[in-house]
Amino acid sequence: MTTSTPKLIDRVTAINWNRIEDEKDLEVWDRLVGNFWLPEKVPVSNDISSWASLSEAEKTMTTRVFTGLTLLDTIQGTVGAVSLIPDALTPHEEAVYTNIAFMESVHAKSYSSIFSTLVSTKEIDEAFRWSEENPHLQRKAEIILDRYHGEDPLKRKVASVMLESFLFYSGFYAPMHWSSRAKLTNTADLIRLIIRDEAVHGYYIGYKAQRALESADAQRQQEVKDYAYELLLELYDNEVHYTEDLYDELGLTEDVKAFLRYNANKALMNLGYEALFPKEETAVNPAILSALSPNADENHDFFSGSGSSYVIGKAVETQDDDWDF
Amino acid sequence: MSSLVYFSSVSNNTARFVDKLSLPAHRIPLRAGDPALHTQDPYVLVVPTYGGGNHGGAVPKQVIRFLNDPDNRALLRAVIAAGNTNFGQAYCLAGPIIAAKCGVPYLYGFELMGTPHDVETVRTGLTTFWNHTETPR
Repeated sequence: MTTSTPKLIDRVTAINWNRIEDEKDLEVWDRLVGNFWLPEKVPVSNDISSWASLSEAEKTMTTRVFTGLTLLDTIQGTVGAVSLIPDALTPHEEAVYTNIAFMESVHAKSYSSIFSTLVSTKEIDEAFRWSEENPHLQRKAEIILDRYHGEDPLKRKVASVMLESFLFYSGFYAPMHWSSRAKLTNTADLIRLIIRDEAVHGYYIGYKAQRALESADAQRQQEVKDYAYELLLELYDNEVHYTEDLYDELGLTEDVKAFLRYNANKALMNLGYEALFPKEETAVNPAILSALSPNADENHDFFSGSGSSYVIGKAVETQDDDWDF
Repeated sequence: MSSLVYFSSVSNNTARFVDKLSLPAHRIPLRAGDPALHTQDPYVLVVPTYGGGNHGGAVPKQVIRFLNDPDNRALLRAVIAAGNTNFGQAYCLAGPIIAAKCGVPYLYGFELMGTPHDVETVRTGLTTFWNHTETPR
């Protein structure tokens, strides 16, 4: 791993929210603040009896998943989002990164809150030990930390989008799986709040990467694009092994892999790049997709001709001034 | 000639999707000070979903302003929406909201800038849709 001296901003201008240079900064700030939450608001203790109904193998998988997610959120809160601040183009962009960094710390703490509610201290310690010894989880952290310590600010943004929009999903699969079987539903509600936050983070960092690339020459644009696809494939290969370690025993690995590829495509799109994996390889189990978003079924493909679910919305008499959506 | 009308913020996700369709398209202006868009022909609206949570505001205000023009609204034939499944129930919510408000079909939802499969489905589907809806002038 490369080491570098800590990079800090060398000049600070007082932030003026009444002079916005990039309207996206204020829009995203408002959205993040509007979405703010704390784990104490979610009654995870209602999942205690559900947790008790899981088999030992299921409990082990779930606990290991959450220690892996804790590691990623810790990296993003203490290194990743912070590493983006020195290269921010506007003071408002800096402020958004501080919000992102803080929320990642909230996410990391949330897993501890789930643990303390559901899992014995012994099991927690064992899962953390497994995480520290699992080569693929450690490799994932190593790849991403290495990129965060790199000198190229744009490549740091690319790596950050990969973490926000791709690397979490081998873990997020598990609570969606339980939710689809009406288990650990409160835990799943909490994870959905994290999933929502990560979408805004990936979108925003990806947008900033695109803005920074706009003014670069074609060669540089190609360099960063190649870097993004190469990094994604390196991470994907590692994720496949990590997924096998977590899910093989429960026979879920192939299902998780489709979910990985689906999210890999979204990470690329957040950077403005075309999806890599074709539709056949990203066919997420409908139960998982539905646990993520109840609206995400095929019913909204009017073109497919299934038709039965298609209804023209009931016409509403409207006045010109009453478009208060 | 029938066409597309779309809105896209500076992130340009929806604009990229519309570009890939290679169909005639008009963009709803981003800023209140920009000249308003007035449509002349029937169109399908492509709109991203805003809000990203449970706080309302799923339809971008620029799109509301555009649809507040009765002439524009009268020519709306259908809506296609963009979103992100990470937002749960809010995924592509702008689509069904506009469909219900204007009494037109919600044709399709896609994520972010759309996959090649989304582009192909919408391009083919729109041809069929227009053939069944009305003969373009």
